[in-house]
Amino acid sequence: MRKYTVWVSARKDRGTKWFLGGLALVAIVLPFLNLAVPQSSAFHVSTYALTLVGKYFCYAMLALAVDLIWGYCGILSLGHGAFFALGGYAMGMYLMREIGPRGVYGNPVLPDFMVFLNWKSLPWFWYGFNHFGFALLMVALVPGVLALAFGWFAFRSRVTGVYFSIITQALTYALMLGFFRNDTGFGGNNGFTDFKDIVGFNLDSPRVHAFLLVITLTMLALSYVVCRAIVASRAGRVIRAIRDSESRTRFLGYRVENYKLWVFVVSAVIAGIAGALYVPQIGIINPSEFAPLNSIEIVICVAVGGRGTLYGAVVGAVLVNYAKTYFTTAIPEAWNYALGALFVLVTLFLPRGITGLWSRIVEFAYRRGFRRESQAAIQQLELTRE
Amino acid sequence: MSIRGKTLYLDQLTVSFDGFKALDGLNLQIEPGELRCIIGPNGAGKTTMMDVITGKTRPDSGTVRFGSDLNLLALSEPEIAEAGIGRKFQRPTVFEQLTVSDNLELALAGEKSFLKKLLGRTTAEQYRRIDEVLEIIGLTAQRELLGQALSHGQKQWLEIGMLLMQDPELLLLDEPVAGMTPQEIERTDRLLQSLEGDHSVVVVEHDMDFVRSIAKRVTVLHEGRVLAEGDMNQVQSDPRVIEVYLGG
Repeated sequence: MRKYTVWVSARKDRGTKWFLGGLALVAIVLPFLNLAVPQSSAFHVSTYALTLVGKYFCYAMLALAVDLIWGYCGILSLGHGAFFALGGYAMGMYLMREIGPRGVYGNPVLPDFMVFLNWKSLPWFWYGFNHFGFALLMVALVPGVLALAFGWFAFRSRVTGVYFSIITQALTYALMLGFFRNDTGFGGNNGFTDFKDIVGFNLDSPRVHAFLLVITLTMLALSYVVCRAIVASRAGRVIRAIRDSESRTRFLGYRVENYKLWVFVVSAVIAGIAGALYVPQIGIINPSEFAPLNSIEIVICVAVGGRGTLYGAVVGAVLVNYAKTYFTTAIPEAWNYALGALFVLVTLFLPRGITGLWSRIVEFAYRRGFRRESQAAIQQLELTRE
Repeated sequence: MSIRGKTLYLDQLTVSFDGFKALDGLNLQIEPGELRCIIGPNGAGKTTMMDVITGKTRPDSGTVRFGSDLNLLALSEPEIAEAGIGRKFQRPTVFEQLTVSDNLELALAGEKSFLKKLLGRTTAEQYRRIDEVLEIIGLTAQRELLGQALSHGQKQWLEIGMLLMQDPELLLLDEPVAGMTPQEIERTDRLLQSLEGDHSVVVVEHDMDFVRSIAKRVTVLHEGRVLAEGDMNQVQSDPRVIEVYLGG
């Protein structure tokens, strides 16, 4: 009798083992090379590099969130950067209030930009953000509730395909315009920066950065396990069925819009957490994080890595962002062209992305090995016959 | 005329589209466990009749009852499916990216909500049901294959299997052997025969040899009305039928 639960099937999964093992390795090796190896050594990793890697993995978490809905449920969101940015802003609000009287104007309650704008008191939506726990709650809650409301209307009205993608673009664009305004109360085009510390730990310290990297990798691993559990469950089967044929799934008696809504909300919360991890490491959050281009970049990352595999999204995000770092320092004006070309090439030649290419290579090698073995066996047979 | 004891009861069903009467006072009764074939020239109203039974089209007038007293005209499409009527369309639509047994599992009757599906597991009894249906449709060896790897005929059987998972009282099959090879038709023939007795099956079909081999009772539709009903020999020798359909 075949019997398995979500967890057993996740444990059996080879790719998951390798993936989680890889994350653990990065989480151990990089902080070690940064903190324990002296700066004079060739093996020393600078705090700058450590922070860069942290940033890549934050984007990787966002890519994972996009892959969950796009790769498994066929929902192409071109505005997922909005949830990432909202999570980031929630964390940023905490970090701003944590500055306290150490700001340029020395106001113990109001962040600098509010003093600069001549505001007399804290807007109501800033209340509570002096508590770290409250901020963490908002990091998940704000993107989650927005996704719930947005998804409820979109999926109930059966907005699908390219129309859904377009309104997600509009969503993130509208948020960007809103956050650019000074009156909105989130620091206008400058956003938040000049953070001092997080729960009492100095954000300039290499140790804190190493710790933040470890936390990022841990949260990425956790999100991965959650996504894996969802797609491997019986609900995951329904989700993939929706991707293949939405109307057929509805005809079998499933409430398709509820399934879509659930994965969309889970995905938005993961994106929000990724944004919250991004801000203390990078040290700034501003409305450009809402830019539609950011969301498109993440979709390209997923396509490059291979949609519908979860770890492919992570691999794609790390590689594409590494390439971005390289390009934007070497030939900055070429990056957008390179990104566009990458997308076209991957779509044309690697429909299953890099991880798809890898499994094809493995398959090919396996077949060749098999052929060689069987040929050897035939020769053996002929020899014995002779 | 007694409604009692009938699986399906259609009375004076009329449907018109822009003045054209697709169904014109159609009467039809299906007995429990009966295998019935419905034939008729194009435009006779076969598909419209299926649409009315499954709730896709609302009739202008008439009665549709399921079981002894369930009024299907008051129910929505999913409610009718829930009540025990399964329909297979002409073109096979299985889930290409899922395995054969996953396809069947999806079609299981019962809990359909996200959380219950996420946290619940398939029970031993449900696995037994899947095995049973795999056996009936003859795809036991293909259970781990993806839907896209199946042949046209196998997809049709899988879809019939998906209907069986919901354990419907009444199965409506629209041209189940269209595009099949002779061997596949023969297997479909046996498959449908094996369902007889446990389920009422209504087959709409153009393939006369197939109809002759499976059906005990045949209904001929013409211009939205029943032209003739009886066993294949009776129907074939009916001069009206010969004129409008078989002879033509």
